[in-house]
Amino acid sequence: MVKIDAKGTYYRDLNRKVREAVEKGEKEIVLENVNGQYYIGDGLRGNVSITIEGVPGNDLAAFMDGPTVRIKSNAQDNIGNTMNSGKVVIEGHAGDVLGYGMRGGKLHIRGNVGYRVGIHMKGDKKQGPTIIVGGTAGDFFGEYMAGGLLVLLGLDGDGPIVGDYLGTGMHGGTIFVRGEVDKEMCGAEVGVMEPDEDDLKVLREALSDYCADLGLKLEDVMSKGFKKLVPVSARPYGNLYAY
Amino acid sequence: MNHDYQKDMAGCGLTGLISRKRRRVSGSHIAKSLCLMTDRGNGLGAGYAAYGIYPEFKDFYAFHIMYDEPSVRRTVEEVLKASYHVEKIEEIPTSPVRAIPISPLLVRYFVEPLKEKLVGDVEESDFVVSTVMRVNSEIEGAYIFSSGKNMGAFKGVGNPSDIAEFFRMEEYEGYLWTAHTRFPTNTPGWWGGAHPFTLLDWSIVHNGEISSYGINKRYLEMYGYKLTLLTDTEVAAYLLDLLIRRHGLSIPVACAALASPFWKNIDRMDDGERDALTALRLTYGSALLNGPFSLLFGHSNGLVGINDRIKLRPLVAAVKDDVTYMASEESAIRAICPSPEKVWAPRAGDPVIVGLED
Repeated sequence: MVKIDAKGTYYRDLNRKVREAVEKGEKEIVLENVNGQYYIGDGLRGNVSITIEGVPGNDLAAFMDGPTVRIKSNAQDNIGNTMNSGKVVIEGHAGDVLGYGMRGGKLHIRGNVGYRVGIHMKGDKKQGPTIIVGGTAGDFFGEYMAGGLLVLLGLDGDGPIVGDYLGTGMHGGTIFVRGEVDKEMCGAEVGVMEPDEDDLKVLREALSDYCADLGLKLEDVMSKGFKKLVPVSARPYGNLYAY
Repeated sequence: MNHDYQKDMAGCGLTGLISRKRRRVSGSHIAKSLCLMTDRGNGLGAGYAAYGIYPEFKDFYAFHIMYDEPSVRRTVEEVLKASYHVEKIEEIPTSPVRAIPISPLLVRYFVEPLKEKLVGDVEESDFVVSTVMRVNSEIEGAYIFSSGKNMGAFKGVGNPSDIAEFFRMEEYEGYLWTAHTRFPTNTPGWWGGAHPFTLLDWSIVHNGEISSYGINKRYLEMYGYKLTLLTDTEVAAYLLDLLIRRHGLSIPVACAALASPFWKNIDRMDDGERDALTALRLTYGSALLNGPFSLLFGHSNGLVGINDRIKLRPLVAAVKDDVTYMASEESAIRAICPSPEKVWAPRAGDPVIVGLED
């Protein structure tokens, strides 16, 4: 294990140190006294594990392909942009536009997230991305979603757990919301339904990993009912350029 | 494949703090917060606004004026002396900074309108606004960029640390600070175009773009405001002056005019609230700020932070003891307040309004 003190270190210098450690074959890196440094873990490959103490800056884990990043506090905006594989665990809250265009791997967030989380997420037959949020989310959750799995738990209170324009423009993937969903808040393309046995199996599997990462009990999380949101139109513009 | 490709990506960055107990803190504090976000700007503008910095002249309007040419100074001073008692004139103290080889001449004046000039029912504040508009629009190369009492804006072309060093911000103590690092997108990076934008004791720092600028500008011009600083943010400062000072709207109502709820949400409200917001949107449709923004506005009695209605720009708030902080990034707050009691991201269009305790 290697520890890197990030106090007052410019983001380029910090990220160079991280890359050098990874290139040397280091499997466990702890970044101490991080505050605001951008681009941590961007484009990194392999099975290295990075623990971040402090609030990392924007655009963390963009294009990341393999590593596991654990953030022990809050995090900022634009995490996991176009991430391909690996995992980011956030023990606090996180900001806006998480998992933009994400195509694989996992984001596990214990607290609340901001606006536009999981937009343009993609999946294919081989892999799909997963984002699980323990708290609440702002507007445009899962906007233009094309694939993958989004789960919103609202574990911490009785207030509204999701914002407006939920799943607007969604044409693939699945969103699970723990609790009730107001159809008025959903995009026109979104169907709200009860999860079936197969859905619950998928959920249980995803949440087992989430609970293990964040020290939660699966039974507690599963104790409340979920709604399943899927697109109800099939490729509505599929023929746009064909005729 | 070349992984060494470097591109500087950025938006603007803003930060602000207020001591609700009027406790004054050094400008080095807010500079440290802003400098953490240096990379959100590109060196083409930074600035600071501070309240409570001129207690010895607190009853005078503090005009901060930039002169492109020293020769313009005499013209402006003749205009001022004809209508104002001038208590004190001094060049704004600056330090030489390598990164700022050229700057305008920067002079401050502590002034008070002459009583005999306030004819009829002209308010003193209206008189001051008309002077600012007149100088900025009619005297080539002179800009009054700060005109409030016991407050001041300090801004120019440079990085946050360069501008702080240039204006010696560490020597000022204020109970409310706002600060900004700029990445100009649509308009020139020049000294007058840096943030904060101020009028009387209103000051604005802004991240985003006000795409309703044309509508807002024409609306403000009907009320005598002259838009001279070539940056969209200028409209926000004058709209606050119009809505709050001249039309007497409360701060929450003014915020609801600048960032109104969508009609679809108004339609879902209770009768009273729906009628009120419908009336507000119909009356102040031309004051609506459209486009992405997060902005902070300061005034003598408080600090307000607000986002556009769909949160297209970031804003984080935090509280510790008597101080409330707001910034584009949480890390900018933690740079000067490592363990806040509470940190939260305000909802879109939902203003964070902080007042003084007294």
